[in-house]
Amino acid sequence: MPELPDDWESTPEPGWVAPELGEEFPGLGLLCTILETGSGRSPEALKEQLRELSNRFGGAQAVNLRQRPIPWAYRVFFRHIGLDPDGTPTPVEQISLDRMKGGRFRSQNRLDDAIVIATMETGAAIRAFDADQVNGRIGLRLSAPEEKFEGRTSPLPDGTIVIADEERPVEILFGASAKSCLVTSKSERTLLAAIQVKGVPQVALEEALWLAASAMRA
Amino acid sequence: MAELLERPDLPDELDLVPEEELGNLPPAPPPGLDTVLYEHDDRLARRDLRRQIAAMEAELGELFASAFPRAGIEFQVAGLGGPRILSVDELEQVRDALAARLQDVKGELHDIGYVEEKHRALIERMTEDPAAYKWVRVSNEHIGEPGCRHWHSRPRWGVLGMIMNWWRVKVSSGCPLAEGVAPPTVTTS
Repeated sequence: MPELPDDWESTPEPGWVAPELGEEFPGLGLLCTILETGSGRSPEALKEQLRELSNRFGGAQAVNLRQRPIPWAYRVFFRHIGLDPDGTPTPVEQISLDRMKGGRFRSQNRLDDAIVIATMETGAAIRAFDADQVNGRIGLRLSAPEEKFEGRTSPLPDGTIVIADEERPVEILFGASAKSCLVTSKSERTLLAAIQVKGVPQVALEEALWLAASAMRA
Repeated sequence: MAELLERPDLPDELDLVPEEELGNLPPAPPPGLDTVLYEHDDRLARRDLRRQIAAMEAELGELFASAFPRAGIEFQVAGLGGPRILSVDELEQVRDALAARLQDVKGELHDIGYVEEKHRALIERMTEDPAAYKWVRVSNEHIGEPGCRHWHSRPRWGVLGMIMNWWRVKVSSGCPLAEGVAPPTVTTS
């Protein structure tokens, strides 16, 4: 039997959730995993996977997307937190819109392609950060009064839901990310975080992270 | 007469709330913590509103799917700016906006469905008696179906058919073939 490499399967770890958020939104959570790789050009195998996915996902699937349980759960959560899922599409809907407009899933880079595949296969929302720029474990919390956010001149509105490390916010939930935390071709480690909301089973997040991690290593 | 209205067996002042009910009321919160009770109540209200929003979102999703391929129906419900925890008032706004949108969409679909039904009936009548519906053309779009098919009442053999009153309904399925993306233009310097 061939010997398996140490990182043959990623082991996801739960992120923390601030108590006020957890009490308000039962089922909200994060599941994270760290990969010892950054982004870069997509290998041909990944591009082939995207082409195959493009053939499987067409207009009929896009129209019925919001009736599927997981995309619906994200839409509902968007409504609950004051976002309009038609104005700010959920991750899976944004990718399907791009597919419809572009005629196919266009290959961009290894990380984005891996996220597209994982998101379309499972419906789960995945975020990626440069693991070396993140301080400690990440989680979900509300922004403090007058809290600054990288790349923003004005402070965050009080009570904004953010993904944060142990020092600062790294992303406005389903919004902009701190520039220094973005994964680039120079990044050596990638932190993948799947966002769980009520109605999204943990197994879907685990599968999404596993798919993304496998695609990143392809 | 006045003595008839008097009830000597009752005390002068009545306790309108029985003692046991008074005992069920929550105690007044200590100073400085007087928001706890009301926050708790709000949370239940917010939870209930979120449940209603989820149900309406599901219904709107079903209508969205059933409305396809009809265009021009507005499904969007504006957000309130987030991501953040919405208050009861704001959640009520979202719920009310969703309810209004649901009503609008249902109304529009009902109206469209009525017109489509009329067009289906027209196709049947055209097919039975093409001469009575000269040059009338009904497309798939008119009956709420995808594709480019249309029913067209036309004379057989052109002018001769018009003179002889030989009319028929011609069914076309002529969607243009997909041409694909144009190849990139090669510029030579």
